[in-house]
Amino acid sequence: MDALLHQLFSGVASGGIYAGLALALVMIYQSTGHINFAQGEMAMFSTYIAWELIDYGTPYWGAFFLTVIFAFVAGVAIERLVIRPFHNLPVIALIIVFIGLLVIVNSTASWIFGTTLKTFPSPFPAEPLWDNHYISNHELGSIGIVLIIVAILFVFFRYTKLGLAMRAVAENPQSSRLVGIRVGWMLALGWGLAAAIGSVSGMLVAPILYLDSSMMGGVLLYSLAGAVLGGLDNPWGAALGGFIIGILENVLGAYVIGTQLKFSVALIVIVGVLLARPSGLFGRTVVTRV
Amino acid sequence: MTPLLSVKNLTAGYGDTVVLHGLNFELAEGGITAILGANGAGKTTTLRALCGLCRRRGEISYAGRRIENLATEDVVRLGVAHVPDGRGTFASMSAEENLRLGAYLRRDRADVGRDFETIYALFPRLRERRQQQAGTLSGGEQQMLAIARALMLRPKLLLLDEPSFGLAPLVVQEIYRTLKTINRETKVSMLLVEQNATLALDLADHAYLVETGRVVVSGDSEMVKADETIRRSYLGY
Repeated sequence: MDALLHQLFSGVASGGIYAGLALALVMIYQSTGHINFAQGEMAMFSTYIAWELIDYGTPYWGAFFLTVIFAFVAGVAIERLVIRPFHNLPVIALIIVFIGLLVIVNSTASWIFGTTLKTFPSPFPAEPLWDNHYISNHELGSIGIVLIIVAILFVFFRYTKLGLAMRAVAENPQSSRLVGIRVGWMLALGWGLAAAIGSVSGMLVAPILYLDSSMMGGVLLYSLAGAVLGGLDNPWGAALGGFIIGILENVLGAYVIGTQLKFSVALIVIVGVLLARPSGLFGRTVVTRV
Repeated sequence: MTPLLSVKNLTAGYGDTVVLHGLNFELAEGGITAILGANGAGKTTTLRALCGLCRRRGEISYAGRRIENLATEDVVRLGVAHVPDGRGTFASMSAEENLRLGAYLRRDRADVGRDFETIYALFPRLRERRQQQAGTLSGGEQQMLAIARALMLRPKLLLLDEPSFGLAPLVVQEIYRTLKTINRETKVSMLLVEQNATLALDLADHAYLVETGRVVVSGDSEMVKADETIRRSYLGY
């Protein structure tokens, strides 16, 4: 029982990190219909920036927010400079662009920052709260940060004019142009937000996995499974999907299929959901009368 | 008086297909002009060309400016609101959010609030349905919502693409009555594209008849309505 509880808690904790990156994936999918396979690598690169800043003597939270800003600007720039020229290509060609981006970001990171594992600090104290041995402060804090991001996004999309405009672009680009929304900039903004959210999940993973250029590969796969499970067009669904995947991964890995086969959980979920319920658990089906 | 909109030698099309072959027309400030024609004559393309939704060449002067090279978003910023064919509803959003999007470019919050009231007074049914998902509104309500969304911009020029399309006659009458009221009260100029010539000629003060991308007849709508030959050869009744 105690061991199961332990697995559940660490499942929720890694689920929080998957939820963060799943949110980033949804951010771009919602407005463009594309899945950015380089999302994880972009997050890893940003985490290196944070590491450099901290190494240079910047206090943790200063480095944290500077990194988020860096990631946002880089996301906007990548959309405008790299993705925009390929905008009208068929999906398969775009997938190749994304994979190219993945490889480029990954090897640039190894080239600039080297290939040795780096330890990355956690902002939360090491001594667990209430002497519990189920969940560390870093895990609790990560879950908290992801929930804060979800809340901020909810308010942004629901109550701000910019959020409304971004939703409008996702739904109907032509009508959005006709009310004066600059659609191109909204897509770039979506990329910027996605990169910013991704950088947070990178900084939350790094203290657990060690910082390394291949750190986010597995995380991206689990996050994608979470996003597909929850619904690629629904941020809250995707976040919840991330948590569910985290729990499944840990519990199944410990009791059913063993840790070596843990990765297959993500793949089975992706294939299973796409077969049984392609819009995901909470995906939107829009009813239209004509 | 210089016209609000003046179009000279407009050609437009999609890909390799040319739809408009040198269109010329004008629209007086505060007036309602109708463009009539059969299916495929280029009516919708004319409106799309005006706000940069398709490839176009020629001269488009609006309120003293040349706009033929402007992007859609910038044409809208000059006060041109387009009610597109198919209505362009944001289907998953509420009716009220659709209207808020219509006012996206407005900075005068208090005035926007007042305009909501004006719109709901013009279209009482939209007030009842304001929290409803727009995609579930009836066709007539969606058309009203599309017109209302365009009005939220406080446009100088309203482009209307077949507001009667696919709607019951009674609903169409209601919409046309409202358009008349809007033109009288707000002085917004309207460029109306219609297949239903009788309706359009009753509302408009001026009409152009378009056939395969060219203007074949133009004149006062009373004159067009009265002319037996035009009626038989182009309007088909």
